[in-house]
Amino acid sequence: MFLKFSPRAMFYGAGGGNDIQWCFSQVKGAVDDDVAEADIISTVEFNHSGELLATGDKGGRVVIFQQEQENKIQSHSRGEYNVYSTFQSHEPEFDYLKSLEIEEKINKIRWLPQKNAAQFLLSTNDKTIKLWKISERDKRPEGYNLKEEDGRFRDPTTVTTLRVPVFRPMDLMVEASPRRIFANAHTYHINSISINSDYETYLSADDLRINLWHLEITDRSFNIVDIKPANMEELTEVITAAEFHPNSCNTFVYSSSKGTIRLCDMRASALCDRHSKLFEEPEDPSNRSFFSEIISSISDVKFSHSGRYMMTRDYLSVKIWDLNMENRPVETYQVHEYLRSKLCSLYENDCIFDKFECCWNGSDSVVMTGSYNNFFRMFDRNTKRDITLEASRENNKPRTVLKPRKVCASGKRKKDEISVDSLDFNKKILHTAWHPKENIIAVATTNNLYIFQDKVN
Amino acid sequence: AGGPGCVVCYWLLGDTQEKEGILPERAEEAKLKAKYPSLGQKPGGSDFLMKRLQKGQKYFDSGDYNMAKAKMKNKQLPSAGPDKNLVTGDHIPTPQDLPQRKSSLVTSKLAGGQVE
Repeated sequence: MFLKFSPRAMFYGAGGGNDIQWCFSQVKGAVDDDVAEADIISTVEFNHSGELLATGDKGGRVVIFQQEQENKIQSHSRGEYNVYSTFQSHEPEFDYLKSLEIEEKINKIRWLPQKNAAQFLLSTNDKTIKLWKISERDKRPEGYNLKEEDGRFRDPTTVTTLRVPVFRPMDLMVEASPRRIFANAHTYHINSISINSDYETYLSADDLRINLWHLEITDRSFNIVDIKPANMEELTEVITAAEFHPNSCNTFVYSSSKGTIRLCDMRASALCDRHSKLFEEPEDPSNRSFFSEIISSISDVKFSHSGRYMMTRDYLSVKIWDLNMENRPVETYQVHEYLRSKLCSLYENDCIFDKFECCWNGSDSVVMTGSYNNFFRMFDRNTKRDITLEASRENNKPRTVLKPRKVCASGKRKKDEISVDSLDFNKKILHTAWHPKENIIAVATTNNLYIFQDKVN
Repeated sequence: AGGPGCVVCYWLLGDTQEKEGILPERAEEAKLKAKYPSLGQKPGGSDFLMKRLQKGQKYFDSGDYNMAKAKMKNKQLPSAGPDKNLVTGDHIPTPQDLPQRKSSLVTSKLAGGQVE
């Protein structure tokens, strides 16, 4: 009835053709096992060129890495990512009126396309979105008439000649400054921000509402979706993610905790409460269980670069939808089906509520998502092959090809396989990102950032 | 070994049993219900959503707290149950219930240390 692809073929990387061999490149972050809460990585995002890689953490900090220029002599690997800038984006707040603690955790970072020398990004916590400008300074003016070099003012009466200040080179300084603060527009917790293809507006989504902003205007935003029921007792679903279409500036989608995706057209009406399309896979009612709705909740939705498809992530699978077909996904990939027989304990330890993200590669041919035990999975849409890899410091010799991992669901465990009961559910990979053009991926474990590249011969 | 009616009956029974055996989800659900018999009838419904919407709320009203202390005199104040996040009627949060806020104005470890 449905098209379900659950490829079992092992991919060992020794095959020819277009198979990618992934190698460890770098790892960032502390080695110690005792993780401070503030260091928990909460978002990872490449910019449009892939030159910059931003991370946000639970402590409200943003760290931006820059890829160094390719070394022509050492053509073994592409440039490494080094720290470019770091700043405190959000700070903890307390809403006294509602007795509400507002976490400084960065939920999402989205880059604006580069228009001039400076870089801009949007970062958001639960309540407030900020536009940050990151600019370089490599010159400074010297030779003022009324000021000494250290800033002290000169007594004007001691000035006998005039000189023209000149710019002299200085060590590169990267400065981050908040240019806009978009606040007080969300009663509930912001889960998504998405920049429109018009590069002038963006949307922010919380559990029940979606707002449309103009990047220049901070004191107003338009509410474009409102699913709050008149009586909160009637609440049955919440918004879990939202994204603008990459090419159509009037189109956006939002996903729900019930596993549906709604596509809206802003030309239809000011308030897009009525969807243009509703994407939902019919469920066999005889399969329904207590867990059905929880595991169908969509934790991430991402358009393909082409704009023709969108991908959703629910607890156990990744689904690819053709925007022209609402009644079922065109492809379904099982991420960790072996967890279906562990749902009881996953509910008890709250892991069933973990929100995994997913991402496309630059050509939309491969999709990637995280799992537990610091495993992450990739699915090749063309070859229908999948692979499980691990982000671990044990594999950290550069240019060593990563060994595929396999989880043994039941029965006799083969050598090199890991049994489901041995998986570490505290080691979750929720956030991954793929370079827009190259085969370079950034994978975040709890507090470390791994960068992997394909083998360059 | 009977007429068609018997065969159909057996097939139906067999199907259900088979289904519960095949469906790991149902087995897991049975496990959960055995552990927590009072678990809500509505599968994965409003309770989760309300909890999600309320994330971050910590009420501490010094007036309520002091009045409750005065009323109770020697008795203990009702302390937070296992689910601290759920706002329920009688429970009055105490200063001890609220976790300490830690300022995080320290450079991220991703930005420091060894580049490997």
